[in-house]
Amino acid sequence: MSIRVRAQESNGVINIRALMSHDMLVPDDDGGPHFIETVEIARNGDTAITANWNYTVSRNPFLQCEIDGAAGDTVTVSWTDNKGESDSTDVEVR
Amino acid sequence: MISTKRRVFLKGTLAAGTVGVAVGAGLLAPSKLLAAWPSEAFGAEGLEAAFEAVTGSSDIADGDVTLSAPEIAENGAVVPVSVESSLDNVTEMAVFVELNNLPLVAHYVLADGAHANISGRIRMGESSNVIAAVKSGDTWYKTVQEVKVTVGGCGG
Repeated sequence: MSIRVRAQESNGVINIRALMSHDMLVPDDDGGPHFIETVEIARNGDTAITANWNYTVSRNPFLQCEIDGAAGDTVTVSWTDNKGESDSTDVEVR
Repeated sequence: MISTKRRVFLKGTLAAGTVGVAVGAGLLAPSKLLAAWPSEAFGAEGLEAAFEAVTGSSDIADGDVTLSAPEIAENGAVVPVSVESSLDNVTEMAVFVELNNLPLVAHYVLADGAHANISGRIRMGESSNVIAAVKSGDTWYKTVQEVKVTVGGCGG
């Protein structure tokens, strides 16, 4: 499991790109459904965006979004799946 | 005699309790989306039911929402979709695929400072309309685009 996050600020807006490694199994798959239900994007500890997903989000999900902020801020991307597994990554905004 | 009265009393209590729960569930439906994963909305079959579960109405007005998706997707397992809106005070966004068994793909809750501009990659079982919707103030607006899928991406 891993989350790769890039967060770059330009004119007061942080552009965030997150790539989460997760198989996102649909019900027909062995062991499915097994998928990320919720992703939280936080800036300096405050939630800015909450994503709720179905298993119809593609395997190894990619999420791009924009929030107000500055270089040096900390962006946290964390997810929880329907089996209670989770992952989280912090990055410093460049 | 005493036991009969007690039965009546219990019956009355249970009935009132059930009504209370039902009313509570109805009142909580919209705000539920803001808290936990909205299982009812994600489990809704058919576009109108999914709209209803997310927005409280089975229809959404067309509005200032930009949906970027390919006209033809060679692989339904990975269809890039971007949703953007210049509407003020956008607090929620949602992506639906009309002909997927479960139309609601993604639902986003935006706090202050979050921009109405989100991209991701979704699965489509077959060619279908894709609907992007945003909630501005108390009103939802949508845009519809057809995406033709050459190879379906929902595992069969």
